[in-house]
Amino acid sequence: MPVVELEGVSFSYGSTLVLDNITFAVEQGDLLGMIGPNGAGKTTLFSCMLGLLGGYRGTIRMFGEDIRKNGHLFKRVGYVPQRKSIEQNFPATVEEVVSLGITKTLGEKTEGERIASALETVGLAGVRDRRVGELSGGQQQRVLIAKAIVNEPELLILDEPATGIDLETQNRFYALLKKLNQEQKITMIWSSHDLDAVSKLASRVACINRSMFFHGHTHEFFENPDLLKAYSEASMQAHMHLHDHQ
Amino acid sequence: MVLEILEFGFMQRALIAGVAVAITTSVIGLFLVLRKNSLFGDALSHVAFGGIAVGLVAGVYPLWTGLGLAIAGALGITKLRQSTKVPADATVAILLSSGLALGILLVSASGGFTLDLFSFLFGSILLVSVNDTLAILAMAGAILSIVILLYKKLVYITFDEEQARVSGLPIAHLNYLFVVLASVAAVVSMRLVGILLVSSLIVIPNVTALLFGKGFKKTALISVAVSVFSVITGIAVSYAFNLAPAGTIVLVQVAVFVAALVVRHSPRKLEEIRA
Repeated sequence: MPVVELEGVSFSYGSTLVLDNITFAVEQGDLLGMIGPNGAGKTTLFSCMLGLLGGYRGTIRMFGEDIRKNGHLFKRVGYVPQRKSIEQNFPATVEEVVSLGITKTLGEKTEGERIASALETVGLAGVRDRRVGELSGGQQQRVLIAKAIVNEPELLILDEPATGIDLETQNRFYALLKKLNQEQKITMIWSSHDLDAVSKLASRVACINRSMFFHGHTHEFFENPDLLKAYSEASMQAHMHLHDHQ
Repeated sequence: MVLEILEFGFMQRALIAGVAVAITTSVIGLFLVLRKNSLFGDALSHVAFGGIAVGLVAGVYPLWTGLGLAIAGALGITKLRQSTKVPADATVAILLSSGLALGILLVSASGGFTLDLFSFLFGSILLVSVNDTLAILAMAGAILSIVILLYKKLVYITFDEEQARVSGLPIAHLNYLFVVLASVAAVVSMRLVGILLVSSLIVIPNVTALLFGKGFKKTALISVAVSVFSVITGIAVSYAFNLAPAGTIVLVQVAVFVAALVVRHSPRKLEEIRA
């Protein structure tokens, strides 16, 4: 049974079609790299999958159940948004932010133990009492990961998590994703513009540009010059479109 | 002089009610300030003014009619925000002006401003009756109990509403509940500082506490401490120098804020932060 399964998912903002008939499945243990030009609909797709947007057509199943029929499914999912979601002056310590992620009990582990374990995993055990706004961009993003994994999710959805972080920190961040996927067996869907990182980390790739452009093994995408050329042309067009609007 | 002050029944009631209001408004205010909704309390108190005028005209205990209208207004405005594209700050202006307009209309129809109405406009902490004190304590107790019970959920929707929704929290219900709590807090605080100065109790202790850059719980505790200190000092100073308590309390709050600002932004402190 796939962890996530989308069948003919379409979504429109008013009369503008943003997602057109998207179909794909994510299997247990996959690390799916979701790529696509700016405005391709990646964040909208994630919003539909996370139950934030309800007006889509088609079906989204998680763990075999329709997400429209069982809202409790999201307790098995961790979500890591873009770093800009952290308000820099928000008065919360790292521990307080991570504790927000605890929405269910896990055996006999105390809340404190779970927070310590999550922070240990992401390499932030030493900053537990620091205010989250004081941390560097990379550290803040790892706090959001700790918040997402403190519930021991089976699926982690990450929306362009490394945007705005310096290269060295990005590499450490990617190593953390790999560790969570391979050692803790967390299935992941991760959107990114960093094709190099996706080519190295992802087991499968989904490339969307309103509709599904490619879905398959990572090497099939990156070893196909026609696909890469089409992707770069679409990205260039999207970039110019964005530039015109600005 | 402290013991002399405490000998008077009205002063005992003023201090008990004042401390209850100080704690309640600073706790609710932290969530409002962080959600960039600082003036919501001000708007609620103006709607309550309309409700109080209704109570005074109809001969009903005005705190209850004020509370009823404030809650109705808060729920209505929340619904308006959720289902239309009217900007949030504009909804606050609509709420504020419609409550004030209703109050003015009723007051003029009933023959003009009364002493009772003035006491709600400018505060009358030294005139609180036993009934007022009990009502304030009951409302403050209810607000604080609910905030403690839902603490983590309220912090989560304040930190990031989208992430809180993904985690399965019933955001719409929590938002409705929160505005009801804020309405009660605004009405409770009217007796202390009056309708015109309610937002000071909600905002100033919290922006003072935020200057210290601590975590959520510590910020809330600093805010409560600033608020309680300002109310007790304000009441004592106003009694000693025969000043208006509401204005004195607010000016003490402002003084504490300025002092905190100077301490946090002193050249030495900035050096420490840079280091």
